Amino acid sequence: MFQTLEETFRRLAALDPEVVAIAGLSLRVSLSAVGLGTLVGVPLGALVAVSAFPGRRLVTGCLNAAMGLPPVVIGLVLYLLLSRSGPLGGLGLLFTPGAMIAAQTVLVVPLIAALARQIVADAEEHLGEQLRSLGLGPARRAAILIYDTRFSLVTAILAAFGRAISEIGAVLVVGGNIDGHTRTMTTAISLETQKGDLPLALALGLVLIAIVLVVSATATLLRSHAMRAYG
Amino acid sequence: MSAALPIVIEGLRYRVGDMPILNGIDMSVTSSGITAIIGANGAGKSVLLRLIDGLLAPTGGTIRIGPSDRPPPSTAFVFQRPGLVRASAAANVALALAPLGLGAGERAERVRAALRHVGLAERAGAPATRLSGGEQQRLALARAWARAPDLLLLDEPTANLDPASSHVIEDLVASMAVAGTKVVLVSHNLGQVMRLAEDVVVLAAGLAVEHGPVRSTLSSPRSPQARAYLTGEMPWTSFAALS
Repeated sequence: MFQTLEETFRRLAALDPEVVAIAGLSLRVSLSAVGLGTLVGVPLGALVAVSAFPGRRLVTGCLNAAMGLPPVVIGLVLYLLLSRSGPLGGLGLLFTPGAMIAAQTVLVVPLIAALARQIVADAEEHLGEQLRSLGLGPARRAAILIYDTRFSLVTAILAAFGRAISEIGAVLVVGGNIDGHTRTMTTAISLETQKGDLPLALALGLVLIAIVLVVSATATLLRSHAMRAYG
Repeated sequence: MSAALPIVIEGLRYRVGDMPILNGIDMSVTSSGITAIIGANGAGKSVLLRLIDGLLAPTGGTIRIGPSDRPPPSTAFVFQRPGLVRASAAANVALALAPLGLGAGERAERVRAALRHVGLAERAGAPATRLSGGEQQRLALARAWARAPDLLLLDEPTANLDPASSHVIEDLVASMAVAGTKVVLVSHNLGQVMRLAEDVVVLAAGLAVEHGPVRSTLSSPRSPQARAYLTGEMPWTSFAALS
């Protein structure tokens, strides 16, 4: 146990190239997915919040339900779509970081959209009538309410980042956990634990926790600073 | 701003589910100056204002604003709570101008003029939500003023303000009316109604029970419902009714 810990910290202190490469790929995949998920999920959630259309409650229910989609099932569906015989097989994305980004994007879009819908709907209760009285249409009202709730939306995006970087099922299925190519922190931790390379698994686990904490703390600090500056 | 803006309401009804809110309001409001709407809580004042603005659709009856051969008038609505976005004071005024299709230069000029008009020129860059309650309501009025509306609707705009801030708001509203904007004001503050309005409509249980010049209506109401409201003797204030 002591030797394992010693080896873990030695690898971390030496900035083990394998650890750095795996952590870098994980960050690249999850940040890309959360970026894409934000671009899709926030406007989607806001539009559902401000628009009146038949079936809105059903759409809201579907978004909320989709927050809990099992990552491995998302990975499986995407695998079928991206496999050579699948409809998107021609893209040649399977077992690439691109497929992993796509899988995590599908994973986080419902989460971001559902949380954004709730946040914007709460703001709409206070501001909606005022904005409608100004003659603003749904798209413009959604944009204004996104801006108004931007500090709260950071929390939703953080939650999505936490879900993306810590999931294993989707990236394992569509990425294949290929050494030096599609191996992320979570897939590597799982594999190295099974192989018995506990120092590497533990080092990656500590890096994973550190990344989540640093990203969360940075976002929280920026959020509180921005709230102080802009109300 | 138009000076010929009568509001004619006939048989106006509004209900939420099985609950009737307005029960067939008939009233005709003069084309200029300030008209006050008063009445007990739940009488339907705020709903009537929202129906006039088009925020709600009536379940019966009609509202006609201005001559039928002219385009619909521009309106602005100031609510009891100012409804400001987490952005600068100037940005809050600018967003009210977005639907008007103005050029950037004219929009910026109107924003500056509106903030100057309400005495907030120095606070243009300040976060709107950091302004005091009185300043926030002045900003809400600046947003309305910038749109140069034909019709200004006010729903208890000074309910949460101290007397000094209320007087500033009253002066601004009065100046808009003098400049030609038709103002319809909902208020529980009878002193304010007396100071600002030329005529007053009394609502009770979703009906317009009285409409007349402000002084005579407030001092000598003709209808029993208006008399009960003005003397504070509503049915639920009676001990007998409660027991």
